[in-house]
This record gives sequence, C-alpha cells and structure tokens, in this order.
Amino acid sequence: MLQIENLRASIGGKEILRGVNLEVHAGEVHAVMGPNGSGKSTLAQVLAGRESYDVTGKVLYEGEDLLALSPEERAAAGVFLAFQYPVEIPGVGNLYFVRTALNSLRRQQGLDELDAIDFLSLAKERMRLVEMDESFMGRSVNEGFSGGEKKRNEIFQMAVLEPKLAILDETDSGLDIDALRVVAQGVNALRSEGRAMLVITHYQRLLDYIVPDVVHVFADGQIVRSGDKDLALELEQHGYADLEQRATLASAAAPVVGATS
Amino acid sequence: MTTTATTASPRGLAGLEPALNGHQPGWLGGIRRAGLEWVAEHGFPTLGDEDWKYTRVGPILDVPFQPAVGGMKHRLSASAIDGLAGDLGGTRLVFANGYFAPELSTLMALPEGTTVTSLASVLAGDAERLEPFLARPLSSQHHAFTALNAALAEDGAFIQIPPDATIAAPIHLVFVSDAGASPLVSSPRSVVHAGARSQATIVETHVGSGGVYLTNAVTEVILEDGAQVQHYKVQDEADTAFHLAALHVRPGRDSSFSTHALALGAAIARHEVWVKLEAAGAEVTLNGLYLPDGNQHHDNPTLIEHVAPRCTSRQLYKGVLGGHGRGVFNGHIVVGPDALGTDASQTNKNLLLSDTAEVDTRPRLEILTDDVRCTHGAAVGQLDEEAVFYLRSRGVPHQQARGVLTYAFAGEMLQLIGVGPLRSRVESKVAERLNREDTDRETFR
Repeated sequence: MLQIENLRASIGGKEILRGVNLEVHAGEVHAVMGPNGSGKSTLAQVLAGRESYDVTGKVLYEGEDLLALSPEERAAAGVFLAFQYPVEIPGVGNLYFVRTALNSLRRQQGLDELDAIDFLSLAKERMRLVEMDESFMGRSVNEGFSGGEKKRNEIFQMAVLEPKLAILDETDSGLDIDALRVVAQGVNALRSEGRAMLVITHYQRLLDYIVPDVVHVFADGQIVRSGDKDLALELEQHGYADLEQRATLASAAAPVVGATS
Repeated sequence: MTTTATTASPRGLAGLEPALNGHQPGWLGGIRRAGLEWVAEHGFPTLGDEDWKYTRVGPILDVPFQPAVGGMKHRLSASAIDGLAGDLGGTRLVFANGYFAPELSTLMALPEGTTVTSLASVLAGDAERLEPFLARPLSSQHHAFTALNAALAEDGAFIQIPPDATIAAPIHLVFVSDAGASPLVSSPRSVVHAGARSQATIVETHVGSGGVYLTNAVTEVILEDGAQVQHYKVQDEADTAFHLAALHVRPGRDSSFSTHALALGAAIARHEVWVKLEAAGAEVTLNGLYLPDGNQHHDNPTLIEHVAPRCTSRQLYKGVLGGHGRGVFNGHIVVGPDALGTDASQTNKNLLLSDTAEVDTRPRLEILTDDVRCTHGAAVGQLDEEAVFYLRSRGVPHQQARGVLTYAFAGEMLQLIGVGPLRSRVESKVAERLNREDTDRETFR
C-alpha cells in the first residue's frame, strides 16, 4: 500500500528526514518509535502533504506518486493524519466540519453527498466508538477541548472518514490511562484487512493496547531498526540512547537501512 | 420663501445647489443656505483632516454629478426591490434615488400615533413638526458632505413612535439608486424619533441597480427616556457607486440603542456613526462588519461622546479584506469630565486575505475623568495556516478551506443580527462574496 524510498525532508535548510525507507501493506499496523526530535512527526506531516518542507525521494501510495498530490487529494485517496496537536477552529461547528470533510471526500470520489440527517446518524454511531459525548458536536472544532477530548475527536473523524492509510501522530501523548484505553479501543475497532496504520509514538505503553505487526525505531531522521512487537519491549528496557549509538554506526556503514514489511 | 433652480455643474459636487421646486418654510431655506455656505467656506475634506486621513474623496469630487430630483422615472418594481433588498415582513418604505416611491412601498398597521412616512410629505403638509429635528445643528463634527446633505436633502424617512408603543416587525427603509447614463447624487435625510419607553427596529438598506452615483445620506435617531431602538444598516450599493453616510444618535436617559453596520458594496464607502451620550444611564452598542475586496474602500469612523454619567458603550467592528480592498476603522471615544461611571469598550479585528489588501485601524480613547472603565483593542491577522492545513488534510479543497475559515471569522458578526430574515439574507450575501473571494482574488499561499 505504501512504499517509501529514500525520503528526505528539510525545512529552512535543515534536514529532518534523512532517507527514510519503509513499506507498509494493507491490513498491517506499523509502529514508529523514537525519541523526541528524531523526525517522526515530520514523517507524518510530510505524508499528509504539509507544504512547508522541501521533500525529495519517492513515496508510492497504492502505486501512485503520493508526493505529487495536494493534501486534499491525499485525503480523498484515503490518507488520514490524526494530528499530534489538533487545531482549534473557533466559529466552525464540529459536526459541520466533519460533514464538510466527509462530503468533500465523497465529492472527490464521485459519490453523492450525505444529507444532514443521514450524516447525523452516522456521526452518532461513530461517536459511540470513542465514547464521545454528543454535546461535542455543537461546539467549535476542538475549541476548549481537553487534550483527551481532542484526541478522541481525531479518532472520531477517522471513524467517519474511513481512510485506507491512517497515520496516528503521538495520539497517546497527553492522555491519562482511561483516555488512552478509549482511544486505543477506537483504533482497534477500525483495524481491518483493507486498512493500514502507521502509529507514531514515543512511549511503548500505547503498544500494550494497539499491538503492532511491525515496530520501527526512528532516530536522527531515519529508521534505524525494524522488528516485531518485541522490539518495542526491548526499547522499553534499554531506552533510545543505546539505539541512537547504533544508528550512528549504521548510517556510517550503510546510508540506506533496509526496512521490514 | 426661496426657490433655486437646479444647476448642473461641471464642477461636480462643489457646484450643486438645492433643486427644490416647491415651497419651503423660511427656516429651511436658512438651513440650506447655511449648508452651502459651510461647503463654500471650508471646502471638502482632504487627507489632512484627522477624520478623513485614510479616505480620499478626490475620485468622488471628480465626477460631474447631477442632483437627483423628485418624480424622476425609474425602472424599478416591487419584486425587483424584493430581490435587491429583501422582504423583512414589516413596513417597507422605498426611496428611489432618494425620493419616496409609494408604489414600491408596503405599509402595515402600526400602533396608534405612530408616523412612518416620507420627510417630503411632512415638509409639504406639516413642516413645523420637522423644525426641531432639522433646525438643530447636526454635530460638532460637521463636514462638507453632511453640510451638503443639509443643503440638498428633500426627502427621506420620517418615523415618530409614541411613548410606550412597541413595534414588533422591523421597519425597513430601502434606498435604491437607479442612476442610468449620467452620474447622480441623492441626499436622503431620515429622522427616527422614538418616544419614551417605546421599542422599534429600523433597518436601512442601500442598494443600486448600477451606474455611477453617490448616496450622501444622513440619518438621525433621537431616543427619549427609556426607549429601545435597534438599528441595522446594510450598505450593498453597486460596485461603481459611492456611499457616504452619517448616523447621528442622541440617546435619552436609560435608553438603549444598538446599530449594526454591514458594508458590502460601493467603490468608496464611508459610514460614520456619532453618538452623543448626554443623558445618564444610556446604553449603546455599535457593531460593524466590512468586507472590501477588489478595489473597494470601506471607512468606518465612529465617535462616541460620553458627556453624562453612567452610560455604557460597546463597539465591535470586524473587517475581512481581500484583493486590493482597503478598510479603515477610526474609532474615537471621548469621556468628558462629568461622565462618571462610564463603561466603554471598543474592539476592532481584521482578517487580511491577500497581500495587497490593507487596513488602517485606529482606536482612540480620550478620558477626561476618573472613575471610568474603558478598554480598547485592535488586531490584524491572516488566516491560520495550521487550520487551513487541518481542513485540507480532511479532504476539504484549499479554497473551500479558506472560505470556511473566513466565514467563521465573519460569522460572529452575522450572529448578532437579531432580525431572522435579514440575518439569512446577509449570511448568504457574505457567503457568496467570500466564495467569489476564493475563486478570483489573489490570495496568500
């Protein structure tokens, strides 16, 4: 579904992604773990189409050149980013926002738009998935939401928009254990054969709830190691410092580190 | 009794003289002469005038305007007025080129003793009734255009509401210009006199069917003690038009007045609001939304003079500026030495949609006493690119995302419109305008 080859991204002359290679197949959940500042979130933003980066390399999404698409075209093609810091939009109702988004996708996909009534019943059903109170529908997008409410709202949007490739950027950050459980439960309910997920996290604890098929360790703008879910546990024990050391050695020896699928 | 012949002047506005063909009382002749003399003596405002610092009137003075006259032919129908100005469900007085057009107007039953009619009809039949309103010097802030209105005005709305009367449906004053081939100036003068404890809603809509014209309007609202008046002003003139207007308000003791100015049209528009708080305990609210794009210029000067104690004034003006549009908010609050317990706030927020749009915001506060609470603030910003990306990442196309966010910024002002049919009408106008903004204006990336 997703093939990334030698992806590099820089901002203001500073290189953040330094040759990322990754392959994700439909149905798989990949975790990307790494210390703060290693470039994980940049990877998420670049995949979603953030325009502030200078990007080189190749990203194929379902065989198509993802980098050639605008953010809205990527969304229509089935790419979804759950933001690390969901944006507050005063004056735009949450329900209106999500319906506008869904109908924009449907229009780009050549489908009929959903009317307000059909949309409302869909929205209510998907809200239950993340145990979100209906009172959030009438409020402005993310305005005055707590950290946990914002993250639930991201997963709710994902549940409504039903992407093929979901990128969850630090969805666990700032969550208490109950909110983490609810968010993870929502994510797990959305796991399916046709859907791939890229779960970006700093902490191993999210992976207790969302069990990944593949774990990648990200350091200094690259994937330095890939393995199965046990790799996350290993990280938990030894920390990132040990790995970063290896990363330096690895990049000196072989600039392109093979990714696992 | 003075009767002056119409002068079609090659000198434009400066050469105009009253066109009145009928009779008029001597006191009115004096007012007209005084208006012309004022213009002759002081001339038209320049950028050197503090209150006109950001608005060049040269392009208006260059036009060889003819004054509109009563009984001119127009091509308008009641259904055309519905389309241009909307039907708000209550009494609607229509003025074509500044003159009352009874055939286009709708009169509804009103509480006994209420007068809703044309100024000209009162001048013709009962002129003395107008003397207390027209003979009073308008304002210390007199300028050539209000002086010219005093000299030239022959018609407009006259509304008098008896004490304790409540008029539920909005009274809609529609000023429609139909200039045709030659540039036309209309000078409507309206008076609203709300009796003690009376309640009413007045909506002024200014529209045009095209051509080059100038609307030079003055509206005066006098509230007796405890009266409550809501006023709305929709400036939706043709893009080729000029619109200069002054709203002067004198609130009585413990009265309450609100006005909401919505500026959509005209090439150059200036809507000035002047409130003199001379009676204790009055509350006034001044709201405004201006949306210049293309080459439009929207100027919004306000002056609130707190003279009496314990008055409250609230101002919230928002601007959305696109293309080469230019906006001005020039808000001036003066709190006099006796205005103890004054509570005044003034806020102006602007959203620039292009790098060629421009806004000048100038909140001014002069406080000559202690024991007051005054706040003011101004902000100028661009669309939040984080929010734009957030919407786009959800599949909303770039231009639509900008439109949604821009509309949200303006939406706060639209929600303040308390007249349902007017709100829907303005909402769709604003949405349409912001969509146009989306498609053919230079925008930030």
